[in-house]
Amino acid sequence: MRRSALLVLVSWLFAPAVVWAVIETYQFSSPDLEVRYHTLSQELRCPKCQNQNIADSNAPIARDLRVVLYEQLEAGASDEEILAYMVARYGEFVRYRPGVDRNTLFLWAAPALLLIAGAGLVVRQARRGGKRAEPLSATEQEEISRLLEERNG
Amino acid sequence: MRLKRFAPLLGFVLLAGLLYKGLSIDPTALPAARVGQPFPSFAQLELTSGREITEQSLSPGPALVNVWATWCYSCRVEHPYLLALAARGVPIFGLNYKDDSVKAREWLLQLGDPYRLNVADEQGLVGLDLGVYGAPETYVIGADGHIKHRHVGILDEGVFDRDFVKWFPDMGVSGSVGAEGGDS
Repeated sequence: MRRSALLVLVSWLFAPAVVWAVIETYQFSSPDLEVRYHTLSQELRCPKCQNQNIADSNAPIARDLRVVLYEQLEAGASDEEILAYMVARYGEFVRYRPGVDRNTLFLWAAPALLLIAGAGLVVRQARRGGKRAEPLSATEQEEISRLLEERNG
Repeated sequence: MRLKRFAPLLGFVLLAGLLYKGLSIDPTALPAARVGQPFPSFAQLELTSGREITEQSLSPGPALVNVWATWCYSCRVEHPYLLALAARGVPIFGLNYKDDSVKAREWLLQLGDPYRLNVADEQGLVGLDLGVYGAPETYVIGADGHIKHRHVGILDEGVFDRDFVKWFPDMGVSGSVGAEGGDS
């Protein structure tokens, strides 16, 4: 009994996040719009709740924004137009992938900078390590053999 | 070369500074995208009179636009302070946000009406254009009809004196108006 309960818990843990999405039915005029609806609703952040996208959130404002998203998609708006509409009202905050501007430049550049810094460190360590691994001189080798013999003998 | 020893310390200090700064940042505070822009245009019914009003009706500024609803508990907490502000002569316009207009009219009858007029925004459309994400919110609109400031949450004396009073210089610092009215 306890084992099956554990199994259920574990299976919850691995359930895809999509399962938690709010269940709502919209009738899309084309499957393409539906795909874009799902992509955009997962990329737009709910202004009211901390770190939930509008697809997952049950907050009234998220519901309103989903309606707006649906209506705009059906009206033929492009992704850029919809994002611009949202940003004009709620700021870059609503985008999980904000545009590159003065505030977000570091955010966007950080992975590349960190990668470069990391690579630099690795290269430096490797060079240093190479020096350390110089072969022992003849006298050193002798010394080691003598010490080992001493210990084993 | 000895400085190198202090590299971890320097790293720690930088990180600690960053995290300390993080403590004082309110993650729920959103940038107000509409500040500096004209109040979004709309055509809605006025809550009590039923006549059609537009953004032109929210004048003359400077004035407050208070976003409220009967379902919003914090709005009830805020309400007495709005009445006090209105009594001091601060013009307040209401945006009755995603509310039942019947209930909203009852609320104003029972608790008092601090508003010059109220936009009946049952669908939340004006709120959406304004970037409202919850009630209560309070905006300052200037004499030019532009949005000057937004406050999210309950407006009280402390907030008004800190962030709002500069738009209403004649209103003086609240509390002292009645008592020390003579010296100004």
